[in-house]
Amino acid sequence: MKKRNWILCVTTAIVMALPALTPFEKTVAAGPPTVDIKIDNFSFTPPMLTVKAGTKVTWTNGDDIPHNVASEDQSFKSKVLDTDEKFTFTASKPGTYSYFCSIHPKMTGKVVVE
Amino acid sequence: MPPQENRNTILPDHNHDGVDRRGFLKCMAWAGTGALCVLRGGVLKSYALNDISGVRKAAKGDLSFVQISDSHMGFNKAANPDVVATLKIAVDKIQALAVPPEFLLHTGDITHLSKPSEFDTVNQILQSASTKEVFFVPGEHDVLEDNGKQYLELYGKNTKGAGWYSFDKKGVHFIGLVNVMNLKAGGMGSLGTEQLEWLEDDVRHLSKSTPMVLFAHMPLWNIYPEWGWGTEDSAQALSYLKRFGSVTVLNGHIHQTMQKVEGSITFHTATSTAFPQPHPGAAPSPGPMKVPAERLRGLLGMTDVNYVRKHHALALIDSTLE
Repeated sequence: MKKRNWILCVTTAIVMALPALTPFEKTVAAGPPTVDIKIDNFSFTPPMLTVKAGTKVTWTNGDDIPHNVASEDQSFKSKVLDTDEKFTFTASKPGTYSYFCSIHPKMTGKVVVE
Repeated sequence: MPPQENRNTILPDHNHDGVDRRGFLKCMAWAGTGALCVLRGGVLKSYALNDISGVRKAAKGDLSFVQISDSHMGFNKAANPDVVATLKIAVDKIQALAVPPEFLLHTGDITHLSKPSEFDTVNQILQSASTKEVFFVPGEHDVLEDNGKQYLELYGKNTKGAGWYSFDKKGVHFIGLVNVMNLKAGGMGSLGTEQLEWLEDDVRHLSKSTPMVLFAHMPLWNIYPEWGWGTEDSAQALSYLKRFGSVTVLNGHIHQTMQKVEGSITFHTATSTAFPQPHPGAAPSPGPMKVPAERLRGLLGMTDVNYVRKHHALALIDSTLE
């Protein structure tokens, strides 16, 4: 048992030290949680999403037409996203963020941060 | 001389009282193939493009202009990888018209991404037409990122607010409206209070016999709210025009021709010079419609409008780029 605890301890230390190591090993490190929202066919998928505070939310535009992502309370607004361009918002503050594409305002979505 | 009627003619009213008050959609059957519409005292007659020779002659009048729309300069996806070429074809078609237009109207989405180089390219291509005067209104693609600042620098001379204005040509009153700014979540196009007040004031002193032409990018009638194809406060705008005997409303945005008559108001949307979009509800979204290359030019085009003073009539001819 003692030996196992020791191994666990060393492993934890290595994992915690990883971000400070070479870029080669960096990929192993776990960052903040991430979620993806797809923009396809003039809609956000999923249209509603609940995430933990600190989550990185990334929108990717899969349409042939540019879109953007703008929260109604103006806490975030992306630049215009052409095809395959992305926008990331770190949801640090709990609350409900209703957002829409201000170019095509029929496109709406919601991110709930817990 | 009135056009000869034949099997290709759609007559909305057979009583010759010139009125169909309920409003109707008659020209939809011609969408994509092109249509000529003659407006007489607020009543529309439409003719298939394959038999317009007599009508063209009758429509040759005091004032002729061409509407082009949705050139989306900068778009390069599969639905049309060469929007420069198709805009140039439109200009060639304008050059070849039997009655040279007095001016051009561009009803917005001049560019795809509001880039200065995209505006430049369109302006250069349009300057190659012998018709030098061009009137614009912005589409939502022309006011990205900067709330329309660049658009106003380029086209805002002698306009009010976000770029709206009016002018007169040979007795016809033209009004260019902006309905692509400050759009609200879940909504459609919007004119806003300031512009509506300006419009009410602009038409207040005009005689009811003045022919009116309104143009804006997004449709000023609710074509398909599910796709945002309409304008939230267009009914308010049109209420100021109800007393006029002849009102024509020209829009772009939906990349296909569609027409409707309501009382003395005729609504008309133009095709794009860049790419076609699906009929309302016919696809999961209003995104660019990919068609076989040989079909593309048949779905792009422009609208030639002739005003015949004597007959108090506007004739609209949609032609494709084929």
